[in-house]
Amino acid sequence: MNEALLSFENITYTYPTGKQPVMQNFTLNIEPGTITAILGPNGAGKTTLLHLGLGWLHPSEGQVKLSNKGLHAYSRRELGQMMGLVPQNENTPFDYSLLEYVLLGRTPYLDPLAMPGEEDVAISLQKLEAIGLAELQHRVMPSLSGGERQLVLVARALAQEPRLLFLDEPTSHLDLSNKSRLVKVLRDLQQQGVTIVFTTHEPDVASALATHMVLMRDGHVLQSGTAEEVMTDSSLSELYKLPIHVKELDGKRIVLWDN
Amino acid sequence: MKNIFSSIDPKSSKTTSRSQILFWLVVLLFVIVVFSVFLGRYPTPGLISFEKLQSDPLAQKLVLNIRLPRILAALLLGASLAAAGGVFQMIFSNPLVDPGFLGVSQGAAFGAAFCIIFLGGAAWVTQLSAGFFGCLGLVLSYLIARKVRYGGWVLRLVLAGIAVSAFFSAGLGILKYIADPLSQLQEITFWLLGGLWSTTWKKVLTILPVVLVSLFVMWKMRWRLNLLSLGDETAFSLGLAPGRERTILLIAGVAATSAVISVAGMVSWIGLIIPHIARRIFGADSRYMIPASILIGAIFSILCDDLGRVLVSSEIPLGIITSLIGAGIFAYIMITQKVPTQK
Repeated sequence: MNEALLSFENITYTYPTGKQPVMQNFTLNIEPGTITAILGPNGAGKTTLLHLGLGWLHPSEGQVKLSNKGLHAYSRRELGQMMGLVPQNENTPFDYSLLEYVLLGRTPYLDPLAMPGEEDVAISLQKLEAIGLAELQHRVMPSLSGGERQLVLVARALAQEPRLLFLDEPTSHLDLSNKSRLVKVLRDLQQQGVTIVFTTHEPDVASALATHMVLMRDGHVLQSGTAEEVMTDSSLSELYKLPIHVKELDGKRIVLWDN
Repeated sequence: MKNIFSSIDPKSSKTTSRSQILFWLVVLLFVIVVFSVFLGRYPTPGLISFEKLQSDPLAQKLVLNIRLPRILAALLLGASLAAAGGVFQMIFSNPLVDPGFLGVSQGAAFGAAFCIIFLGGAAWVTQLSAGFFGCLGLVLSYLIARKVRYGGWVLRLVLAGIAVSAFFSAGLGILKYIADPLSQLQEITFWLLGGLWSTTWKKVLTILPVVLVSLFVMWKMRWRLNLLSLGDETAFSLGLAPGRERTILLIAGVAATSAVISVAGMVSWIGLIIPHIARRIFGADSRYMIPASILIGAIFSILCDDLGRVLVSSEIPLGIITSLIGAGIFAYIMITQKVPTQK
């Protein structure tokens, strides 16, 4: 038995169209109540990791366990209630209003053929407010900027009220003020007991938010541990193969890179 | 729903008003059905009077045995094609898709012609044959699209659909070539033009169960349909089984389409333009878009059929009228509205 909420046990994964495994003997435990940042260069397998955790992809070898039970022990609906995903981006060709879009996050709580009710609308509005987009609720999705769209995806995942939230590069389109808003929203979420796992290319965001960090390269864990242990000159330099310095300023870590 | 919306945002009672519009569409459909029952060319173009209907036994027969099943068929036809078009557009995340694009219509046409020539052409056999080949068209398009190694999923599907449709058209050409020109070829040609003049109660009742069940499935699953338009990983993360649910919806769409095509022949454009109109009025949310498509499709199809049978004495095939009006509306939509497509 272990304490982890989600554990990856000796995962090997090869894409159906690929020959080389993108992940090999991958082992990782996510403790409840933590915020874990997954850092790594492009193609390191970060998104694959999230998809495996979600159960969307099945490992070729090894097992992913949620609360010590294999994911297959849960129904789709149960998984939907427990784990949410904020994808990197999403194709939205149709004119959904923001509110309708966020409302979709309530689906795991509805009976298979039921429509959302008043309570679902109220929760969705509340999440739109939390993310700062309540006044745009009747705007349609295609009219939003990339950053606003990313925030709506977050709001939808909040409406899902998961215990474990995956975010795939959630800040990639955000300006500074929205970045700081998202960091605050995610911290509040952690306060409420939600466990968070996110991938990022921005060490600053990782260091502002994460309690734990995983450095990934070529489908392996290079290093994992608490943010203090992992955020060091040597490990970041090794990860990106680039001289990187981590400096402390007013109790915050700042990442500098040479070029 | 109403209270929540009005208490939080007083300027919008959008949900309520959308339900109200749906209600009025139901009323409008009913009015048009009644109007169409009286409309015709007996004996002169125009409406039959009540007195005549009460006194003239031939008029009664005409209304009960010819007009009524025909109007019902037009209703089912429009509702099915529009609903299936809406479902296909959502599932393929592309507002420019309808069953005709993915080999379904051409497959069904081939199936019907095949049945007329080789299997005797009885109504229910034609339906089965059209349904089978319609599904085959979809499956073939899907399998070929999976083998294509470039482009987005929708592009691949549409390309595969073009190939499969062309394949079935060629097959249809061969069938027309070998058909008996005095009996079979006429039947096939009329069938390809699309029309409801040969509708009987028997034909309508044969397709009624399939159509009703399919429409019910599409209507009931419309909230899930919203999620399927977002992509599989999102749908999965929100508790769906995207593969399974998409298959159920596609089968419902193909079944309804093939069933009505087997009675009415090739009637195009309804599946493409009606969902556009529905989305323009109601927005993308399938909770409203699907019922609206069903209602507007039914209304459109009945009105087109009315035109076809009243305008000239020899009757204009329905497929020609829907194409004429449909293409016009489509051009208008494209000019006046950005059709959002990204894949």
